[in-house]
Amino acid sequence: MKYSLREQISHFLVQYAVPIIFVLLSIVAIPLSRFSTEYLVQEMVARLARDSFLVLSLLIPIMAGMGLNFGMVLGAMAGEIGLIFITDWNVMGVQGMLLAMIISTPLAILLGWMCGAILNKAKGREMVTSFILGFFMNGVYQLVVLYGFGNIIPIKNPALVLSRGFGIRNVTNLAGIRHCLDDLFSFNIMGITIPAATFLLIGAFCLFITWFSRTKLGQDMRAVGQDQDVAGSTGIPVERTRIISIVISTVLACYGQIIFLQNIGTMNTYNSHEQAGMFAIASLLVGGASVSRATIPNVFLGVILFHLMFVVSPMAGKYLIGEAQLGEFFRVFISYGVIAIALVLYSWRRHKERERARRSLRGAE
Amino acid sequence: MGRIKSFIEAAGWPRIIIALFLLGLFVIAPFVEVRVDASISDTLVRFGMNGVMVLAMVPMVQAGCGLNFGLPLGIIAGLLGAVTSVELELTGILGVLAAMCIAIPIAVLFGWAYGLLLNRVKGGEMMIATYVGFSSVAFMCIMWLLLPYKSPSMVWGYAGTGLRTTISVDGYWIRAISDFLSFQYGKYFYFPTGMFLFFALLCFLMWLFMRTKIGTAMTTVGSNPDYARASGVNVDRMRTISVILSTVLGAVGIIVYEQSFGFIQLYMGPFTMAFPAVAAILIGGASVNKATILNVVIGTILFQGILTMTPSVINSIVQTDMSEVVRIVVSNGMILYALTRVVKVKSR
Repeated sequence: MKYSLREQISHFLVQYAVPIIFVLLSIVAIPLSRFSTEYLVQEMVARLARDSFLVLSLLIPIMAGMGLNFGMVLGAMAGEIGLIFITDWNVMGVQGMLLAMIISTPLAILLGWMCGAILNKAKGREMVTSFILGFFMNGVYQLVVLYGFGNIIPIKNPALVLSRGFGIRNVTNLAGIRHCLDDLFSFNIMGITIPAATFLLIGAFCLFITWFSRTKLGQDMRAVGQDQDVAGSTGIPVERTRIISIVISTVLACYGQIIFLQNIGTMNTYNSHEQAGMFAIASLLVGGASVSRATIPNVFLGVILFHLMFVVSPMAGKYLIGEAQLGEFFRVFISYGVIAIALVLYSWRRHKERERARRSLRGAE
Repeated sequence: MGRIKSFIEAAGWPRIIIALFLLGLFVIAPFVEVRVDASISDTLVRFGMNGVMVLAMVPMVQAGCGLNFGLPLGIIAGLLGAVTSVELELTGILGVLAAMCIAIPIAVLFGWAYGLLLNRVKGGEMMIATYVGFSSVAFMCIMWLLLPYKSPSMVWGYAGTGLRTTISVDGYWIRAISDFLSFQYGKYFYFPTGMFLFFALLCFLMWLFMRTKIGTAMTTVGSNPDYARASGVNVDRMRTISVILSTVLGAVGIIVYEQSFGFIQLYMGPFTMAFPAVAAILIGGASVNKATILNVVIGTILFQGILTMTPSVINSIVQTDMSEVVRIVVSNGMILYALTRVVKVKSR
């Protein structure tokens, strides 16, 4: 089949509607915000290093046809629990980070397996189920961290514990591992600091994803993502493959959260993971990914565009209308609105395709 | 034995566990010096406050649009009505009625647009509804700052513009519906008769509506869209009507909530309000594609009962406030249960 130029253009516009909107918004907002180019470039480099890993963790479930894994917050929680332990034991630097990863890996695998098993029971509505699962596990996380830690699970460091004797404080100071990975080796180019070690890790991870998608398991996942029934009848264990994809995603989200928090240096014990999920998903969608298709370039483009808007909008709001609060609300609106638009576009397209298929069956037109 | 078994089968384990948990809380209450009469009164008031918003779930579930996670859209319409009514300085029952009269057309408009959107995304309604709700709340955050309301009891004192986060309706129409025929028994027991009558009226109207031609058609669309189309029902139109109805009830529901609570909560206030309503109707025995008025009543009592009782009773036992955690786990656990179960039945 050949498409006319007009069809191709309209296809391109629909496919990349969200990134195009963002580029246009940025073009308007950047001059308004009066930030220097240097500052913005530095911010973007720092944010790329900080957030890319979390966003990358979303790719594998999309490959397996399970949509956006809102359950990645489970991995983030596991990572945070690891971080609480190493802060309590006072293990510093890169060793501390590695130890946190080692502690939280089994937890993340367990949570990921659980999430996968639940999602297998809710085929066709994976996204909303993983979304609610995130809320549910947030409750369980609070139960454990707010009531279990210092009670059942011993915590020695009094600076971590609430004054009532148990439960972790709202803010956990991660001074021990702050910037430990970023500063492992970093260099300056024209006054812009580049955390090379973090980028190396992210690069290695991108290679891993490309390699993984070519393995037998990766191909199985693609097949399951295309059509579960067909994949099942060719002998691929559908449910198992789906669980593995979620487990991998959860473990990677856990590492992603640890990398994210070593850059930030302080942890909002009860909020960090929720934000991680929302920002990662919004970033990926801003990069032009859809619920069924996402690539590595989508991730980097998305992180840059989303965070550019994030940095710029409060100041743009302040100079434009004289109220920084307005820009603040605007960026919240944008991050939710983007997810809504992307979901609508995806469902709409699928709905149309189904309708077309039905029409061709009918033989009319 | 067989009857007990079939009852458990029909009600489902989570519901029974929650009911027993609530019963247990009421039994323990007197022993830990929590007043039972005050607790019952609190539960009843909260039941009346939240009932209408839970009722708002019914039409959309029946029409096969799933659980209305987009309830904040209706709530926003209600808030606009409430704020305008305060701006006009209307008091008493007149104020509440004015708020509703302003809110309902807005809700119809919102619901219509929202319904058109949902008709284009069949199969993915719930996730999209959630994010439509979230983004509309975030959008309204901007609007609350910019809308030209002037009443000094609502705007920020020093700036003179932009609405406050919480606005008291004390002196305007606090408990205007609740206090109709209400009575006080002893020091602790208050019964908001008016609110109950209002809720019962709406339930009755909904019950009637579900038995009209449109209501039946709507249920058909929910149970079997292909059959509905074959028998000449306009599926998209029925779905749109159900969404409008749900949005309007959300708007009325929030006004009932506010007149009892005494405050209008703007900005991020309505953000998570859909989840308790969804959880309540599910606890009452509804599933993702079937809900009755009885589900609404039972669910709201059970859910609000737990929300009232856990802070007071558990606090007295362990001396820490665990209510928030219990709320999160119970409500989301219930939604999770419903989402995973219904598919099990469907898939052969």
